Amino acid sequence: MATAAARDTAGGPTAYDAPADPGDTAAFQRAFDAAVAADERIEPRDWMPDAYRATLVRQIAQHAHSEIIGMQPEANWITRAPSLRRKAILMAKVQDEAGHGLYLYSAAETLGVSRDELLDKLHAGRQKYSSIFNYPTLTWADVGAIGWLVDGAAITNQVPLCRCSYGPYARAMVRVCKEESFHQRQGYEMLLALSKGTPEQHAMAQDAVDRWWWPSLMMFGPPDDESQHSAQSMAWKIKRHSNDELRQRFVDICVPQAESLGLTLPDPDLRWNEERGHHDFGAIDWSEFWDVLKGNGPCNDQRLSRRRQAHEEGAWVREAAAAHAAKHRNDTTGATRA
Amino acid sequence: MTTTPAADTAVTAAALALGDDALVLSHRLGEWAGHAPVLEEEVALANIALDLLGQARVLLSMAGDEDELAFLREERAFRNLQLVEQPNGDFAHTIARQLYFSVYQHLLHDRLASGDGPFAPLAGKAVKEAAYHRDHAEQWTLRLGDGTDESHARMQAAVDALWRYTGEMFQPVEGIDGVDWPGLESTWRDIVEDVLGRATLTLPEGPRTGAWRAGAGRQGLHTEPFGRMLAEMQHLHRSHPGATW
Repeated sequence: MATAAARDTAGGPTAYDAPADPGDTAAFQRAFDAAVAADERIEPRDWMPDAYRATLVRQIAQHAHSEIIGMQPEANWITRAPSLRRKAILMAKVQDEAGHGLYLYSAAETLGVSRDELLDKLHAGRQKYSSIFNYPTLTWADVGAIGWLVDGAAITNQVPLCRCSYGPYARAMVRVCKEESFHQRQGYEMLLALSKGTPEQHAMAQDAVDRWWWPSLMMFGPPDDESQHSAQSMAWKIKRHSNDELRQRFVDICVPQAESLGLTLPDPDLRWNEERGHHDFGAIDWSEFWDVLKGNGPCNDQRLSRRRQAHEEGAWVREAAAAHAAKHRNDTTGATRA
Repeated sequence: MTTTPAADTAVTAAALALGDDALVLSHRLGEWAGHAPVLEEEVALANIALDLLGQARVLLSMAGDEDELAFLREERAFRNLQLVEQPNGDFAHTIARQLYFSVYQHLLHDRLASGDGPFAPLAGKAVKEAAYHRDHAEQWTLRLGDGTDESHARMQAAVDALWRYTGEMFQPVEGIDGVDWPGLESTWRDIVEDVLGRATLTLPEGPRTGAWRAGAGRQGLHTEPFGRMLAEMQHLHRSHPGATW
């Protein structure tokens, strides 16, 4: 709870007391800066700089879009899951991702932008989602590799967001991170079963790790000196650690886990550096990253056209729900639940 | 509890019939993942699919090894209703299938839960899940039936198309005792007629619309789309004989 929290009579907490003169933008800016400096949470009703709002909308939207696009590569295996237990785990995981999309679009709505607007931007290619989902899931083991590496990287990125300066985003992330860490453990456990299974299963697991390792390292974004938005986001405490710092943390976590899995990471330069107290690792192929980001990854077109198709095919359903709700707005019966 | 071998066989047959219904419908609903018309329905359809998969796992385990039964049986050995194997179609078809099946399952599990037979423990939990599935299907039937002209037409087409698969639900299931099947059918029909009426839709005509009346899923006779569904579902498991996952 913010120490300077004032109760707005119109509802909802605020991070700081509004200046006496509502036209005094400089005073609002000072109050905002002081609240951020004091690690207080900015709330939807607080004044905030336009650029702060725009940054949050961009980041939360991209995160929400990643959740719903990210359903596709894993849903690709629901109908082929090789045991009923694994099928239940995978269905529940894909469902969680839809749930994360819901919380995140709701967090974005607190900044004054609707889910429909954001989806339109996604469908028009004007907002991004995480490039990792532009890689294909070619075998069942890819589901495990996504859980272990992609969700593992996501958690490394997202845990600090639980302390993000914007309250609704930070609170959504607390819940998202709990579920993501569950997914990461499930992915690890699935890969372990494959690694210790038949030679064919082991090979399938190794192949998946070989394909997902480098794209997972790219999930932390470009190197610090090339990162477009980092400095301002750090100042606003939307972001708490640099891309390279988080990437290093992830590599250090994965190396011993790969050993326990009995799988190798596809990097001949990967070794412990006693002096740094971290693992050194090989150079990332950033040309691939920028190329996939530009739309030239293996599945960019497929992911987006699948998303648009689902949206277009569902239009008549959404219209029907809206029409039904409008007709029955004044009903006193249960039929108004649309 | 002591049972004779004959009673055991009958319980196994019933566990397969009910378990296959849940397994197959869960699979079809799982096909919606990533394609639902609205994000809330991604969550809802997955939730229903997960409930059904949970029921399937309990039921199939009463009959043997759940994975062997799901992944290694041939098409003709499955005992599910033809209704649940029907392809998803548009959202209206999925909702019509949900309406017909969830009302049936809710009524059946309600009766099984109140008895002391081998299915009572499972049914006690499943009846609560089926009540939610039924509410979900009813609410969407109302929205689509009494929504726009297009949704009304699509929903009527869906309830008509799937009507022929409903008669089979009320044929007695071997191994399930103490259920008044004709009574179940007439209650089911009253409920469905009421929902369709409130949704401004018409109850399909005739004993079962269409010249051919479906109804041999319980005897292992299925429809063409089912073989393709199983091919997809079983392929990976069958490609690695004896492997654990």
